[in-house]
Amino acid sequence: MKPARLRLSDLLRLGGYGLRSRPLRAVLSALGIAIGIAAMTAVVGISSSSRADLDQRLAALGTNLLTVTPGQTMFGEDAVLPDESVSMIRRIGPVQSATATGKVSSAVYRTDRVPAGETGGLALLAASPDLLSTVGGVLTRGTWINQKYPTVVLGATAARRLGNVPSVYIDGRWWTVTGVLDPVPLAPELDSAVLVGWEAAATYLSFDGHPTTVYTRSVDAQVEAVRSVLAPTANPSSPDEVKVSKPSDALAARRAADDTFTALLLGLGAVALLVGGIGVANTMVISVLERRAEIGLRRSLGATRGQVRTQFVAESLLLSLLGGAAGVLLGYVVTGLYATTRTWPTVVPWWALAGGVGATVVIGAIAGLYPAIRAARLAPTEALSG
Amino acid sequence: MSAVIELAGVTKAYPGGVTAVRSVDLTVEYGELVAIVGPSGSGKSTMLHLIGTLDRPTHGTVRIDGHDVATLSDRQLSALRARRIGFVFQQFHLAPGRDAVTNVADGLLYTGVARKEREWRAEAALVRVGLGDRLTHKPHQLSGGERQRVAIARAVAGDPAVLLADEPTGNLDSVSGAGVVTLLRELNEAGTTVLVITHDHEIAESLPRQVPMRDGQVMA
Repeated sequence: MKPARLRLSDLLRLGGYGLRSRPLRAVLSALGIAIGIAAMTAVVGISSSSRADLDQRLAALGTNLLTVTPGQTMFGEDAVLPDESVSMIRRIGPVQSATATGKVSSAVYRTDRVPAGETGGLALLAASPDLLSTVGGVLTRGTWINQKYPTVVLGATAARRLGNVPSVYIDGRWWTVTGVLDPVPLAPELDSAVLVGWEAAATYLSFDGHPTTVYTRSVDAQVEAVRSVLAPTANPSSPDEVKVSKPSDALAARRAADDTFTALLLGLGAVALLVGGIGVANTMVISVLERRAEIGLRRSLGATRGQVRTQFVAESLLLSLLGGAAGVLLGYVVTGLYATTRTWPTVVPWWALAGGVGATVVIGAIAGLYPAIRAARLAPTEALSG
Repeated sequence: MSAVIELAGVTKAYPGGVTAVRSVDLTVEYGELVAIVGPSGSGKSTMLHLIGTLDRPTHGTVRIDGHDVATLSDRQLSALRARRIGFVFQQFHLAPGRDAVTNVADGLLYTGVARKEREWRAEAALVRVGLGDRLTHKPHQLSGGERQRVAIARAVAGDPAVLLADEPTGNLDSVSGAGVVTLLRELNEAGTTVLVITHDHEIAESLPRQVPMRDGQVMA
């Protein structure tokens, strides 16, 4: 005589029945798992959303911007770029555009009453007419500087420091503010700068005409090739005195820092999950102790040891799956809320969702196995006498 | 294979030197209604466990429905219980919060019958024990006598070769108890072999055959 197999639907109903008979306890022990899974899902989700946002911004900004700045000479003095370096760079095949700013040694004051030296840390830069299109700058308000007349455009930080002024005082002359820039992510040095026209700087401010930063955009596929020839092109006589950098790399480097932080938080989530698993195991052990009579009855009704064991494992699996599903959902909602406040896209990778559910299955199986084995080992006569 | 229960020289000794049942011979034919009667400590509960294949004897052979218990594995014994033995306990052992039909249908869970069929048979069994109007009542909505009837319905729903009732009236008042005994008698008349274990001589004497026990032995 062979024992009949328990159908899967019956097994699920059995597991569910054990949980439904003590709903509060089931909810509380599932909550432990839910918090762990929610924490891990949210951590992965938030870091993925942040990365997706960064990727979106990088895609919008472009990763094909390279900057050229003078380094130092062999003797440790500040080097200068030749005046013609911009036009030389523009002649490199894959280069789409090249433009420059030049440092002007004069100081910028809010009014003529401000004592000399109190410049507020603002830099004064002479800008080529096509600066904005190359660096991806956008005017918050106003218009771009007039190249010939004493006009300025303020960087975002500079505008905040100076306040809403109609003009600024430079070298004994009032310069009209024609516009203000949005922050420029790929050229953050422009944010704290006051920009004047290249020609106006030469006319009114004794500007020497040397570019101090050259910005250049190239065909995406050729960026690295352009990068390798930029230094000798900008300053053929001494390429060692030229520094070339790729601003989008700096933004991308933030990812690495994010990853470390994410790993730490993931560890915390794993600890919460472990504690949740112990909670489920505890619930199951107590459940087995309390349900000796039920175990005895089931054995007398013809349940094999294996069927009793399977029943309790199924109950534990259901319990932790319940917690896992709630946790994944909660983690997704938390990610969504956080991402929305940061105006990030909400991205929770599928592997985080699958991993969350998978982890709960493993935890449920491990947590339920020992109590289930104890339940199955219980002799029917002993179970019925209790 | 005419006897449903055959015990030959059965002894059950527990570690620690307690011998609960001592060289018992007992034969119960199909269709009988038998009472095993004795005071507490006489070994009747151990008899129930041995006959119900919940425990194995230390010595001797137990044959239930023609199967020698000693030759069957734990899994095979489970299958034997599922299909050929029905249990009724003093404490009813009904699942709280589940209605009568579900409780009775649960008794067929390990027989491999599909759910619809189990429920259908459970309803028939409940009608048989006179609870046709209590199908969806939950245990706490039923009287003690009605609960025991649900338990009896669960035991007979699978049409077992033998129904084992362990002090079925122990938790009931005399009126409900008498009703349960009457029900067992009716089931027996309809063909079920019934073995009642009780300490109550009055109940035992109302049944056709008594097996008196004392100190682990059947008294002639």
